[in-house]
Amino acid sequence: MEFLNAAVVLANFVLIPATAYGAQLALGALGVTLIYGILRFSNFAHGDTMAFGTMVTILVTWWLQSLGIGLGPLPTALLALPVGIAATAAMLLVTDRVVFRFYRKQKAVPVTLVIVSIGVMFILNGLVRFIIGPDDQRFADGARFIVNVRDFEAWSGLQEGLAIRTTQGITLVTAVITVALLFWFLNHTRTGKSMRAFSDNEDLALLSGINPERVVTITWIIVAALATIAGVLYGLDKSFKPFTYFQLLLPIFAAAIVGGLGNPLGAIAGGFVIAYSEVAVTYAFKKVLGYLLPDRLEPDGLVQLLSTDYKFAVSFAILVIVLLFRPTGLFRGKSV
Amino acid sequence: MTRRDAMLFVLVALLMLGTGFVQSWNTALQILNMGLISAVMALGVNMQWGYAGLFNVGVMGFVALGGLAVVVTSVPPVGAAWAAGGLRVLLGLATGAGVIAGAVMLWKRMAAGRARALAMLGWLVAGFFVFRWVFDAGVAAVEAVDPAATGYLGGLGLPVLMAWPVGGLLAAVAAWAIGKTALGLRSDYLAIATLGIAEIVIAVLKNEDWLSRGVKNVAGLPRPVPYEINLQNSDAFVARAQALGLDPVIASSLFVKLCYAGLFLAVLLILIWLSEKALRSPWGRMMRAIRDNETAAEAMGKDVTRRHLQVFILGSAVCGIAGAMMTTMDGLLTPGTYQPLRYTFLIWVMVIVGGSGNNWGAVLGGFLIWFCWVQVEPLGQLLMQGITWPLPADSALKAHLLDSVAHMRLLTMGVILLVVLRFSPRGLIPERHGHRPGHRG
Amino acid sequence: MAEPFLIGENMTGGYGKADILHDCTVAVEKGRIAVIVGPNGAGKSTAMKAVFGMLPLRAGTVRLNGEDITALSPQDRVARGMAFVPQNQNIFTSLTVEENLEMGAFLRRDDIRPTIEEVYNLFPILREKRRQPAGELSGGQRQQVAVGRALMTRPSLLMLDEPTAGVSPIVMDELFDRIIEVARSGISILMVEQNARQALEIADRGYVLVQGSNAYTDTGKALLADPEVRRTFLGG
Repeated sequence: MEFLNAAVVLANFVLIPATAYGAQLALGALGVTLIYGILRFSNFAHGDTMAFGTMVTILVTWWLQSLGIGLGPLPTALLALPVGIAATAAMLLVTDRVVFRFYRKQKAVPVTLVIVSIGVMFILNGLVRFIIGPDDQRFADGARFIVNVRDFEAWSGLQEGLAIRTTQGITLVTAVITVALLFWFLNHTRTGKSMRAFSDNEDLALLSGINPERVVTITWIIVAALATIAGVLYGLDKSFKPFTYFQLLLPIFAAAIVGGLGNPLGAIAGGFVIAYSEVAVTYAFKKVLGYLLPDRLEPDGLVQLLSTDYKFAVSFAILVIVLLFRPTGLFRGKSV
Repeated sequence: MTRRDAMLFVLVALLMLGTGFVQSWNTALQILNMGLISAVMALGVNMQWGYAGLFNVGVMGFVALGGLAVVVTSVPPVGAAWAAGGLRVLLGLATGAGVIAGAVMLWKRMAAGRARALAMLGWLVAGFFVFRWVFDAGVAAVEAVDPAATGYLGGLGLPVLMAWPVGGLLAAVAAWAIGKTALGLRSDYLAIATLGIAEIVIAVLKNEDWLSRGVKNVAGLPRPVPYEINLQNSDAFVARAQALGLDPVIASSLFVKLCYAGLFLAVLLILIWLSEKALRSPWGRMMRAIRDNETAAEAMGKDVTRRHLQVFILGSAVCGIAGAMMTTMDGLLTPGTYQPLRYTFLIWVMVIVGGSGNNWGAVLGGFLIWFCWVQVEPLGQLLMQGITWPLPADSALKAHLLDSVAHMRLLTMGVILLVVLRFSPRGLIPERHGHRPGHRG
Repeated sequence: MAEPFLIGENMTGGYGKADILHDCTVAVEKGRIAVIVGPNGAGKSTAMKAVFGMLPLRAGTVRLNGEDITALSPQDRVARGMAFVPQNQNIFTSLTVEENLEMGAFLRRDDIRPTIEEVYNLFPILREKRRQPAGELSGGQRQQVAVGRALMTRPSLLMLDEPTAGVSPIVMDELFDRIIEVARSGISILMVEQNARQALEIADRGYVLVQGSNAYTDTGKALLADPEVRRTFLGG
């Protein structure tokens, strides 16, 4: 019984939130890793791209809510998501045309593109704050829980109740569908294979008649979808604040690098590695240990390894360890 | 410097003077002082990027360490806190350092394999708990000492100007640690690593109350220049101000700012002189050679990673000095105000716009971009009022647009950066020798 | 003499200011094998790149089947029936063998199954390894993938840049046999080879380049028999 209680507490505060967070990071890291694989630079504007897509989705959500349109127990934002993706795709394609393409044609070195992406980051950051403001926005509606504490306690007879929030469930389901679609696209369609070929060996792809501009266009569209979905899921689960999205850049990059830059599978693995470590290291295990240990050994402190404010330190530490011992990442990424 | 370069500096001077005449001299001096500090930061980033092609996006962290230096150097020690747990905190830190040193030793001494990995893990986990056991009690004791006013150890009570080199030193130590791990890897990795270390520095400043009171801030830091109120109470000063036809209150504020400007200018000039000398020395030539062709330099027997580490430490130290100068001028340390867009990426805009690889360019960029950063807001306000005047006064859109003007500066900085990168990629005052970074053959 | 199927005639050009090729001519007849040999730095690969449009020419023309293609991009030349196997990085290492072949046929819109079958018949080992990432194969197998990929466009001309670089002698013989087989099916072959003696043995036409110019041009057999060529380039 005590053990089950401990397991429920652990699930409530570590496993479930970390899984949802991991899925969000994984989607973000997939976007970063795709840009790296195809366009060959680290896109510092990715966090703000996520913020942009989420912002559009929120605006459309509000509009739908004002019309009284909703999805019942599911958040209205899911209905608005396609609009957000489309707007982000349009924005990214315009950015590519106006900004990035020039440097691509010049065959500029990657670091130039990184600096260019910093300029784009400033603009997107300003744009998002300009339109929706710098403050917290909550836009989740519908049912709050799939499994709520009281029902679970009544059903199981445990002291601790399990809670699964709707947004966590939606995060997981959406992420699984998105990733499945992405991998199906990359592995089983002509266009997807041509993207992998382009990422693998650009010169040979050109020799084979693969049109680079088409590959780039499709990449931006996929990135728009991944970034917007990641951003909306994160916003539903927590809340939307432009600065938070900018800060997500660090765990997202850490995830992509830990997994191996340019490797989609690695990005997913990296996302979960970062998320689980972040949550586990910053969680106070007092309650879990309280159930597991005999009363006499019950800890006095919170048994929290690091305060939550140090969550960046966790991403960072994992990043450094991987860089030191396996610079190409867990799954071999590009080492160029 | 060419004539054109000199003209650009004259233009910046005119902008400042214009601010003085149109807005106020107080604003003009404020911009000048922060411009001087920005110029020093830009100089530091330029050493890393312009000389060596190192991509450091952790400027904010080094600047914040400079700020911390002001607290630990100049604030008088809090005796009660030291008595309560000061030694225990120090012992805790020593334990932590010992654990890490032990881990490094362990790693070097033992043969590779599972045994080493397990021993390492065991050592680190055990070490962590010992560290927390020693450290936490000390921290709790220190933070319990009059938390509303102190609750921290205070500093060494040294003259505040000493904090500037100390700021450089702290930043240098941090740069050494990060450089040891991330240099020699790909440039993007260094970028992400520095981005991370900057966030961690800020997290430490926000959370370690025993060190610098965290988000409770440390206010009333000692000053290297007179206090306005003392000047206003000085008959001699008031008489002199009145002789110049100035209100003593305004005059005192201007005088203090001018004192700071003098100090900052001195630091900037010394640093420029040293950087220019370094850039033209064999060391600087080698640096550029490495930047332009790393492989060739390596083939010629140059220890590229070591050189990179040197310049990375130097540049970071300069950023630390600038951070200490800034906190000294502000008179308080507020960890909550450090934002990467303002303290890292804006400095990058300065360097790129000014001209990477050229010290004068970086300095010019520091002044010019800081000026724009400050002035975009009032200009945007005017512009937005112009755009929205046809809207009714109670229009929600109008209110929103006018409220949002503050965010136009980010947008403007992005546009400036992209326009310069596109049409003048070498900046306003380009490097005069060799290639520019980012376009190696 | 009738116009050859492909001819790069009097080609002069280089990457920077200095020319690498000087008035160099290479040609190949329909269904025949032409081999370019010569010492290191003779401009062999450069001549190949010039024919394929990867090197700007200051003078000279490239004609395919009588049509002047000098101004076409490499991609357009692929569409015209030319296929090129670079010396290095000539496969997609992270794609499976079959995906490599599919990418070779990227421009084709018709059914590519029969062509894949043909490639598998030519290189049976590839059929076995069709689901493996090409990067996991041995050197010789990688070259087979590379040639197979190039054949997927059903080219009329196959250009190979040192196809046997870094493979064992046995594999090399095997690879040459396959190349002869390809030529028999009517595809012209232009290749650069480091293993000059073996290559000239299968060549219908041989070009010995020295410092970017034609030094000797004859049938493969004649060049092998020429004492001057033997002494200077084939090591006796």
